Amino acid sequence: MAKITLIEGVTMALARAMEEDPAVVVLGEDVGINGGVFRATAGLQQRFGDERVIDTPLAEVMIAGMTVGMSTQGIKPVAEAQFCGFTMPMIDHLMCHAGRMRNRTRGRLSCPMVLRFPTGGGIHAPEHHSESPEALFAHMPGIRVVMPSSPSRAYGLLLAAIRDPDPVIYMEPKRIYRWQREEVEDDGEELPLDVCFTLRDGKDVTLVTWGAMVKETLQAADQLEQKGVSAEVIDVATLSPIDMDTIIESVERTGRCVIVQEAPRHCGVAGEIAANLADAGIWSLQAPVKRVCGYDTVMPLYRNEMKYMPSVKRILHAVNQVLEVS
Amino acid sequence: MARTVAAFKVDHFQFLGEDGKLLDEQHVPAVARDFDRLTDLYRLMTLTRAFDKKAIALQRTGKLGTYASSLGHEAAHVAIGAAMREEDCLAPMYREYGAQFYRGVKMSEVLLYWGGDERGNDFSSPRHDFAWCVPIATQCLHAAGAAMAYKLKNEERVAVSIVGDGGSSKGDFLEAINAASAWKLPLVLVIVNNQWAISVPRSKQNTASTLAQKGIAGGLPSIQVDGNDLIACLWAMEKAISAARAGKGAFVIEMLTYRLSDHTTADDARRYRPQEEVDQAAEKEPLKRLRRYLIDQGAWDEQREQELVNECTQFVQQAADEYIDTVQNDPQPVTAMFDYMYQELPHDLVEQRAYAEQFPEDGGHH
Repeated sequence: MAKITLIEGVTMALARAMEEDPAVVVLGEDVGINGGVFRATAGLQQRFGDERVIDTPLAEVMIAGMTVGMSTQGIKPVAEAQFCGFTMPMIDHLMCHAGRMRNRTRGRLSCPMVLRFPTGGGIHAPEHHSESPEALFAHMPGIRVVMPSSPSRAYGLLLAAIRDPDPVIYMEPKRIYRWQREEVEDDGEELPLDVCFTLRDGKDVTLVTWGAMVKETLQAADQLEQKGVSAEVIDVATLSPIDMDTIIESVERTGRCVIVQEAPRHCGVAGEIAANLADAGIWSLQAPVKRVCGYDTVMPLYRNEMKYMPSVKRILHAVNQVLEVS
Repeated sequence: MARTVAAFKVDHFQFLGEDGKLLDEQHVPAVARDFDRLTDLYRLMTLTRAFDKKAIALQRTGKLGTYASSLGHEAAHVAIGAAMREEDCLAPMYREYGAQFYRGVKMSEVLLYWGGDERGNDFSSPRHDFAWCVPIATQCLHAAGAAMAYKLKNEERVAVSIVGDGGSSKGDFLEAINAASAWKLPLVLVIVNNQWAISVPRSKQNTASTLAQKGIAGGLPSIQVDGNDLIACLWAMEKAISAARAGKGAFVIEMLTYRLSDHTTADDARRYRPQEEVDQAAEKEPLKRLRRYLIDQGAWDEQREQELVNECTQFVQQAADEYIDTVQNDPQPVTAMFDYMYQELPHDLVEQRAYAEQFPEDGGHH
């Protein structure tokens, strides 16, 4: 079995889904002969033809709006936005149409569509290429939001997203596109769209994160282990809905929780998880819940981007704060 | 029974042939005989190209981030800058350095921007111009808004926006045309059509014969010019800007050129574009024909060319040195990301700023 990267997991899932369902169509800017600017769709147009792998004009509103339209009429579009910053004009169609279609037509029409795009910073990209807007999408009713952090989760979650009967935003943490290689069998097995993944068992503190921050969070857990602190690491993976059961079950054992997100703190997914802990896990907590987040500023251009993003040092700083409370 | 209720045509203008000869000696704009001006603009086009080469070299040696080249667009860009008055407003996309250099943006500022430092967008001049605009075509509406402001304030100023062939597929561009037509705004929209939207060729973007006709559809006078002919670009820009300034409303100009480089340094056009096409387009590039013309007219010679090349080399090296010196010896501290968020920093950001100061050199985990 071949060892593949996260982005190759995306490509493998796209090919598999197109193979098994002729209604699946990939569309986006430069997804055809160019294979996508990150090569996520490499080889797909050659294999499935230009009617199923469609190079669009440079027009994000058109991509989002037509994806809504196609999905209501028997096509399963998997649209690509080239970068997270370019999804902003698409919000009209997601918020006002995709997320509401099933509800407002009382189930007569629905939008089985996927919008996938690279997200997050850390690759020295130009302006508008490095934001983490997951909370904007997670705030929209009627839409699922997914962010894989490993090759196998990229594969399984994308297959599930494509097969799901409702709109799914599938965000790809591009900083870890090629971080790890993993053996992934192309067996068509999907992963659930509402379950967290516990990446590491621990008993002293629960570290909750998703996307590219999984990397720093696991590194922090390694460093904590050397100091005799046992950290459990949970990859949330599905940001809407959030599997709070797994998180609460962990916090019931550890009594402490630090949430790590690359996105700005204010009104972020970390805040939502903390609120749910305050609601349903408060009696298990032995210390306040801490968040380690990006700042509530514009994502800096690349020279300062790593200063913006949570580092191992900042994660350890927060963990020490929650451990100090006895 | 049908009757024609509207009929349109799009005129294409070219004065300078690829061989450096005027297409029709009898019918040329006055600027074709203004050799001092043409020589100045030729010098800026050459400097812009030298800058481009330097920027790519910096990127290839790890000293600059992703960079969008302007190779082949020099006539279009320099003409846009040269036709504007200082008080006019430019809303560029992200590769029109020739227009910006003419208007006073410094080379070191361009390098800072692509070098990942916000200070690049803080142009020394003109202070009222818009910053680079990566989201594509959104700048067209900002320019329309600027034009609306000048109209409301009764100022004789014109807003100019530049968009690519790719960007002309976006609603923002069409909405700017519509608004400019509805309110007769002092706006000039320039489509610098370089035939490629990253990997998608012009022929696959739509089947319209010209992109200029999108302006006509919205009710604006619209023309197409050879974007590699400085004389045509400058003539068209001046005509459009003076009409806009005189209160006659907006104008659309499509400048036909060719993207001789990759889309950016992060792109590899060999994946999708035949080299023969690039080679053919290179034959039509704008500097060569203007140089031939100026030499034929006795306004330029080999010695001046050599002096210019040396000057340009020195000038771009100075800009590169200035840029490197800034990022190495005067880097932005972690607090820089807070300092321009609001005029007055709200309390929650004051707290975050103080926290960030505890981790000043953080983030070495790329």
